[in-house]
Amino acid sequence: MNANVMMSQDECGEIFARVRRAATVSDVEVTVTGGRSALTRFANNGATQNVSEEGVDVSVRVQMGGRTARATTNRLDDESLRRVVRQAEELARVQEEEPGLLPMLSAAEQGSSEEVERHCAQTAAMTAGERAEQVESMVAVARREGLNSAGTYSCGESFEALFNSKGVARWYRQTLAEASVTMQAEDSSGWQKQNYTSAKPLDARRLAEIAAEKALRSGAPVELAPGKYTVILEPSAVVDLIGFLVADFSGLALLEQRSCLNERLGTKLFGENITFVDDVSHPLQTGAAFDGEGVGRQGLTLVEQGVVREVAMARGTAARIAGEELGGQVKARATGHGFGLPNEGGEAAANIVFKVAPGEAKTVGEMIAATEQGLLVTRLWYIREVDAYEKILTGMTRDGTFVVENGRVGKGIRNFRFNQSVLQMLRQVKDLGIPVRACGEEAFEMVVPAMRVGDFQFTEVTRF
Amino acid sequence: MKQIAEWALAMAVARGASHAEARIVDERWRALGTRNGRVAVASDGESLGLGVRVLCHGGWGFAATQELTKAGVERAAALAVEIAKASARVQSEPVVLLPEPAAVAKWSSPCEINPFAVSIEENFALLRKIDAALTAVEGVTLAETSMTFRRYEQWFYSTEGAAIHQTRTTTGAGFAAHAFEGDSIQTRSYPNSFGGQYQNKGYELVAELKLLENAERVARECVALLKAPQCPEGRRDLVLDSSQLGLQIHESIGHPIELDRVLGYEANFAGTSFLTLDKLHTLRYGSELVNVVADARAEHGPGLGTFAYDDEGVAAQCVPIITQGRFEGYLSSRDTAAKIGRARSGGHMRAEGWARVPIVRMSNVSILPGEKPLSFDELIAGTDDGIYMETNRSWSIDDKRYNFQFGCEAGWEIKGGKLGRMLRNPSYSGITTEFWNSMEAICDRREWTLWGTPNCGKGQPEQGMGTGHGASPARFRQVKVGGAYGS
Repeated sequence: MNANVMMSQDECGEIFARVRRAATVSDVEVTVTGGRSALTRFANNGATQNVSEEGVDVSVRVQMGGRTARATTNRLDDESLRRVVRQAEELARVQEEEPGLLPMLSAAEQGSSEEVERHCAQTAAMTAGERAEQVESMVAVARREGLNSAGTYSCGESFEALFNSKGVARWYRQTLAEASVTMQAEDSSGWQKQNYTSAKPLDARRLAEIAAEKALRSGAPVELAPGKYTVILEPSAVVDLIGFLVADFSGLALLEQRSCLNERLGTKLFGENITFVDDVSHPLQTGAAFDGEGVGRQGLTLVEQGVVREVAMARGTAARIAGEELGGQVKARATGHGFGLPNEGGEAAANIVFKVAPGEAKTVGEMIAATEQGLLVTRLWYIREVDAYEKILTGMTRDGTFVVENGRVGKGIRNFRFNQSVLQMLRQVKDLGIPVRACGEEAFEMVVPAMRVGDFQFTEVTRF
Repeated sequence: MKQIAEWALAMAVARGASHAEARIVDERWRALGTRNGRVAVASDGESLGLGVRVLCHGGWGFAATQELTKAGVERAAALAVEIAKASARVQSEPVVLLPEPAAVAKWSSPCEINPFAVSIEENFALLRKIDAALTAVEGVTLAETSMTFRRYEQWFYSTEGAAIHQTRTTTGAGFAAHAFEGDSIQTRSYPNSFGGQYQNKGYELVAELKLLENAERVARECVALLKAPQCPEGRRDLVLDSSQLGLQIHESIGHPIELDRVLGYEANFAGTSFLTLDKLHTLRYGSELVNVVADARAEHGPGLGTFAYDDEGVAAQCVPIITQGRFEGYLSSRDTAAKIGRARSGGHMRAEGWARVPIVRMSNVSILPGEKPLSFDELIAGTDDGIYMETNRSWSIDDKRYNFQFGCEAGWEIKGGKLGRMLRNPSYSGITTEFWNSMEAICDRREWTLWGTPNCGKGQPEQGMGTGHGASPARFRQVKVGGAYGS
């Protein structure tokens, strides 16, 4: 709607200049974020909600020695910018000095990172009519199969820019298109979801076909007794479990002793076949290649053949770790994964990519064929952490869980509740698939494989 | 603001809308916090914008913008109509809105002390004192404190003639202590987990919570959990504190009664509901002691679900949900209530902010206190062999809301009517209706607290919402406990 909502680096720089003029302190950082997005939602084989939004936020951080604070507005006039600068200064001024707070990042320190281009003009220009066509294609599958469909088709573009008074200047933009579909039969359902930075590879009809096949195949579900089963987890199930683990690969979490990696760095925590990295430049990844202070995002080998090698670190975290006992256990360096300051969480790896040698990867079909007795799991739902150190997670199966017997997929089953340590799970992985960009509902997207896992623990069964 | 709304409504009608609403929201917030004595959060924020919702050819359209010039507003309204026309193309049946009197009203939530007027120095001084009291206890490895304030001002106008101006002030505060030793990370929070207590109040809430007075006790409990025995696995009589019961209500009553879920609108994300339409007025949801209402009115208390009008202009109501154990009502909107033949919406449409469309949300979904006098001490005294659990740690429930499992921060054995030794990692699980039918005692009004859940997620794009849940401690017969760590 508003031509200015996707701002160029120069336009963001002009806002930074206005903020800087308004500031009474010399150390100022400005983050400008914005964009537009639209989403068509459908249920019962028809549109139920159809929305569009756009906006720009300007977030100002000031620093006075060992004190820092932030104020944010979506009003871009001079008076509003002056107001948020005053608010940030007031919030910072009354604080006690924090000797460990590093000076604002300088241009010399910001580090290089690979340029990533993830903006598709055609995706950005999609209209409500084009979204309706995509919805129609998914609903058509449901009608053909006598199913009841629900889902979304969305698209959007966004940007973020970061400038500071020490010469740091960063800017990034991307597009994203996403389709999600649930197919419901009388007593069963199937689901698929995918997103990419371009709408071109996003095949909504194909997702609907797979979801429909799962719904039809899982009808008249049987009830199995809870217990330990070999499971074949499709990538959407894997991503939501791994999502609860990666937040612990944080230097600040280690310093605060709230990570499951406490006293486990350098140990063989997972199976030999588990290797994953953080790689913002991977072609299936999204997101800017700089962090909340402007530090360039570096690649991280988080786990190599089952051993925890590295964790994400913001600048401040790296400085603290270098001065503490932990410094001997993990390399202290600013990895470009820090959140904007001040913050509670420190940093997080955000571009997880599993590594599986092509010769070792199995297809889901091969995993099924290799399973005498087990379960095929499409997705998991409402996952929560039961135990912070052993990383026991609970949650439910949903939208397509099947018996696997003698190497073949059998009937659908009533959904299970699991209580499973994800640390233990990654010691029990028998096979891995080819890593793909996977979407769930509990975690950000990652590049993960399907997994065949032994002794996955289900503790209860529900009514459907 | 009226002028801005008129630009939007006029353009929507000119482009063919049969109904249009303009919501302008001016929001301000402040968040402060410490971790182990360091400032971890110090931020202010504000956001002003407009959302336009229209009906055209029986389809919904919504567009939001922060550009509040005549041109910007008219572009948003025109886009909303264009979107509604696209919706109508793939619509199963046209939307029908139940009639609602067009209200002209102004309302503000009670606020004795403007939280934004309290000096930030004073805020931080209190947080630092709490932080210091927590870290002074040997064994505490991480102390967290927080305070959040929010002022949410909204102007709602519709083509039906509604003109409603509402302002809500919300305050939240709390703290947590964490301890790591051996193979265990334990946490104790006060007065509730995930940030503490939140209500539609001013800064007066902070004093009411007696945060500093409870810091040392809570920190000691946290460290004690490291050495406490594991919660056993099996069936036990279970006593829940009011905050945990509030979350139990939220998950196993509040969500399944949302009529949009029941009608399948959330099937792709939040899920559906076991409360199909045939269960209304027939299902025995709970025991005779279970009386639950969805009450958005000010007289229910300063809950996060208290307002005068919902976000499609329907007046706040008290909707009976469960009466003496029988299921009696849903949370509804003008279009969902029409679909099940109701005469009026229950008034549960709420939006996260100006950029998001209203969807069916909880207001204050609360269990009414017991009518017979029963204090917490008397509730425990009446329990021969059981477990008392306090403060939520984890929560999970299936997508139809049958099977749930909750973990709590701390448990205590109850033997012969007395609280005994502390238990770590307590959890319980069950099937929603079996659980509520096992409720055999609930404390009276003296023990009733209206808790705030500030972060309920629902919808696509996902929206966060504050909901209220009043509850008193209650006892449930022979509930499965300890299953989260079971074999």
